[in-house]
Amino acid sequence: MAESMAHESARQVRPVSATGRNRRRASQDGKGWIFVGPFLAVFALTFLAPIGYAIYLSLYRNQAFFGGKVFVGIDNYTEALRDPKFWEAFGRVAAFLVVQVPIMLILALLAALAIDSARLHASGFFRIVIFLPYAVPGVVAVLMWGYIYGDNFGLAANLNDLFGTTAIQPLSARWMLPSIANIVTWEFVGYNMLIFYSALRTVPGELYEAAAIDGAGTFRTIRAVKLPALRGAIVIATIFSIIGSFQLFNEPNILRTLAPNVITTYYTPNMYAYNLSFAGQQFNYSATIAIVMGVITAIIAYIVQLRGSRESL
Amino acid sequence: MKVHRPRSPRFRRLVVAGAALTALAVVAACGGGSKTDSSSGSATTGSADAVDAALKAGGEITYWSWTPSAEAQVKAFMAQYPNVKVNYVNAGTGNDHYTKLQNAIKAGSGAPDVAQIEYQALPQFALPGSLADLNQYGFSQYESAYTASTWAAVHAGSGLYGLPQDSGPMALFYNKEVFDKYGIAVPKTWDEYVAAGKKLHAANPKAYITNDSGDAGFTTSMIWQAGGQPFKTDGKNISINLADDGSKKWTGTWNNLVEGGLVSQIPGWTDEWFKALGDGTIATLPTGAWMPGVMESSVKAGAGKWRVAPMPTYDGQPATAENGGSTESVLKQSKNPALAAAFVRWLNHDEGVKPFLASGGFPATTKDLKDPAFVDKASAYFGGQKINQVLTGAADNVVKGWSYLPYELYANSIYGDTVGKAYQSKSDLNAGLKSWQDALVTYGNQQGFQVNG
Amino acid sequence: MSTLTSPLRRKRSKLLTGAMVLYLIYTLVPLLWLLLSATKTQDDLLSTPGLWFGKSFAFFSNIKQTLTYNDGIFLRWLGNTVLYVVVGAGGATLLATAAGYGLAKYKFAGRRAVFAVLLGAVAVPGTALAVPTFLMFSNLGLTNTVWAIIIPSLVSPFGLYLMWVYATDAVPHELLEAARIDGAGEVRTFFTMALRLLAPGIVTTLLFAVVSTWNNYFLPLIMLSKPNLYPLTVGLTQWSNQATGVGARPIYNLVITGSLLTIVPLVIAFLLLQRFWQSGLSAGSVK
Repeated sequence: MAESMAHESARQVRPVSATGRNRRRASQDGKGWIFVGPFLAVFALTFLAPIGYAIYLSLYRNQAFFGGKVFVGIDNYTEALRDPKFWEAFGRVAAFLVVQVPIMLILALLAALAIDSARLHASGFFRIVIFLPYAVPGVVAVLMWGYIYGDNFGLAANLNDLFGTTAIQPLSARWMLPSIANIVTWEFVGYNMLIFYSALRTVPGELYEAAAIDGAGTFRTIRAVKLPALRGAIVIATIFSIIGSFQLFNEPNILRTLAPNVITTYYTPNMYAYNLSFAGQQFNYSATIAIVMGVITAIIAYIVQLRGSRESL
Repeated sequence: MKVHRPRSPRFRRLVVAGAALTALAVVAACGGGSKTDSSSGSATTGSADAVDAALKAGGEITYWSWTPSAEAQVKAFMAQYPNVKVNYVNAGTGNDHYTKLQNAIKAGSGAPDVAQIEYQALPQFALPGSLADLNQYGFSQYESAYTASTWAAVHAGSGLYGLPQDSGPMALFYNKEVFDKYGIAVPKTWDEYVAAGKKLHAANPKAYITNDSGDAGFTTSMIWQAGGQPFKTDGKNISINLADDGSKKWTGTWNNLVEGGLVSQIPGWTDEWFKALGDGTIATLPTGAWMPGVMESSVKAGAGKWRVAPMPTYDGQPATAENGGSTESVLKQSKNPALAAAFVRWLNHDEGVKPFLASGGFPATTKDLKDPAFVDKASAYFGGQKINQVLTGAADNVVKGWSYLPYELYANSIYGDTVGKAYQSKSDLNAGLKSWQDALVTYGNQQGFQVNG
Repeated sequence: MSTLTSPLRRKRSKLLTGAMVLYLIYTLVPLLWLLLSATKTQDDLLSTPGLWFGKSFAFFSNIKQTLTYNDGIFLRWLGNTVLYVVVGAGGATLLATAAGYGLAKYKFAGRRAVFAVLLGAVAVPGTALAVPTFLMFSNLGLTNTVWAIIIPSLVSPFGLYLMWVYATDAVPHELLEAARIDGAGEVRTFFTMALRLLAPGIVTTLLFAVVSTWNNYFLPLIMLSKPNLYPLTVGLTQWSNQATGVGARPIYNLVITGSLLTIVPLVIAFLLLQRFWQSGLSAGSVK
């Protein structure tokens, strides 16, 4: 979508003058690399090289104790594709994605529109408080959610006592995924809200004036002015939420301390890759899982990107 | 649909990008190839004299540990040997520490000269040759200074890979206040223990005889106490049998508690757990002799309520196992292994033991375990009980012949995936142990061992 | 300040505020726990209800203990974190802004490939790449140095995406064209003109980069084994892990107070940065 917007702007500029366009073409060709180059250089070192190394690793099989290294071609990949643990983990994050991401993004969108609407009391206060959860360090999350989800001494226990039941068990196998979704939503609504909010801030004032002159009410202004202006931001937020869901790691890993039997070492694909590597020293297979997961994620993210841009054309 | 038009040039560019990636991969592979352990490191020969000479010559070494007394020990050592500089680093607790150690070993540099390693983790580092064999410095002469079980624990095969720092012979810690309130006698056998668990939970549904959310270290210790020897290693050959007599004995008892919902599922070492130890929710802990140090410093609410008794047994005859405990080992990567060995000797054989005892640790050295000042010390926390009489007594009754797997850290990490399911569904632990065993056999064979189980 | 959002002064809505208050409560309960817990001693933490005060009010003594525990290592970790954030997040924002601008405003060979490679690389879970990255950095001699943290922090693919989208809309081609006719160089145009127009986007990118560098945990955990290089996240986790195992000496009160103190600088950063959203708006309305 970003590209198509760039095209559109470029087309608008084109009629200015033919000679100007040619000169610009000439002067621009390659100059973009001045700006993109530094980023890409660091990116190559910190992202591409390790991925390249991981691809290399995925073609071998090592033995942690005896150091034998064997080239196995795509064997690791065929194993991964038939690995029930991998697919169980994949299914779990896919279900998580389908339910949690829409809820989170809609809440974030509503919050951004509300804060931007000028109809809210103390909107600056809301803006920072909603963003705050993202700033809470992970280490205290175990204690914090341990308290809230705790059915021995925590808030869950208090609620159980209050209602005279034992039904509220956020850390049981049945409720674990919703419990994780709750934490992720709590953390990331503010994050996404800020993406939307800052995109709204780029809407030129004239557009609002024009809408007001047309007699547009709040909801028409949202539909006609704000949502179109947010399209780019929504696509980005969606793509990164999809990636985030497929890479789900921190929150289940935190809750694993509290519910070691419910959250397995392969609860999510990323946890699986992590534990293969760190607990089992199965670096080759771990790299394979990471690459397979990366390919699936990239394809889905790319489809979302294409759909987003197609609709904007 | 302008998006589709530039597809072919884009595709070509993607291919170019792909090629660039592959090139990078090759570069990375060349640059980042892991070194084997044997190529790094230093001289593997040494002698008893070399250790004293190294200490005299002085130098600089790095020491990784998370023991509470480590800092005080390092300070005392440097005061005694001013020409030696020890860089003390707390690189993390347990798994974080091992991860860093393993990464440094794999990278071929960055490992410390001396590192704390728990007994259960020792084979995992000793077997691939990451640790120096201290037999070369004549350290085998110190055998009589340590309890039999810890001396066995610092060996892998015939190699000696450290000197024991602490030990954890198991005993039964119990909340006397809770026992008195519900009229429960201190159990001497596991059958009595199960009966006590039933009685307690029936009288107070919020109280449990103990907590067990599935803990590999506890399970292996309990099988050890029951006389099981599920893991046997001989070079590349491993046999695993988690359905041997000892394992069955343990599950035969423990199934009653797990299936009956009589154990609390609060995981150990969480804030809830510390709370539950203080307020009577958890009435007993069968655990290592180092526990008093933890309770005195961190379960203040339990002061005066707790007591210690010998572990319940299956037949009433005294028997116990080790739970927890660490050694200090010299890394192969060390550039000054003789000096590192000298530090280890000071730490766990000579003067270093004193600061360790002062911090509330439970020693592995027989001299200290027999010292009347230690044995007959009354503990105010435990209501004036001379708890070390019970605990040192336990040190004499550790069942012999136990060994851990060479990949015990991995084994422990997947315990929740396998046996944990039995805990979660309150069902037969034998089925859980079976799936644990299957996973361990598969892993061992993948790693080049010959495993039968 | 929200009245500036639109040229019209609208009536504030009680209904809307009420709905937002409900969401606010959801957000605040865990934070309230954190705040209340920071006022408790370790003993109170383990014996009093979570959502109320303890028997004693230990807030200030907790802060003092946090700042002085272990020879004041917390302040060292705070200093490290600030260094990593200033250099890492600052650099990341600059690189992402330049690259986003370059991708949005220039057409050149390989532009689409950049996009595809970015997306592909971001999609691979980073935790699984930790060991390869560690081994590479170890070979470069970068492990256990501040560079092991700073260099990877310099890349923010998300920031690049954001800046790409912002730059597309916020920097009109006409202005660039005019600058070129005036003979300004491309780099000068970027620094003198584009940066100003991109301000709201830059602030957002910077804010995200600051918070993610501030919260960076996994990479420092792997790369560093010297506690005096740790950032706050890794240091606090180490404190938290003291509650585990044979030598367990939990210091929950310090972990909680330390976590609370960790949030404070982020709040300040947020308050300082948020006013730039306004200036961006006025910059936008100039055109």
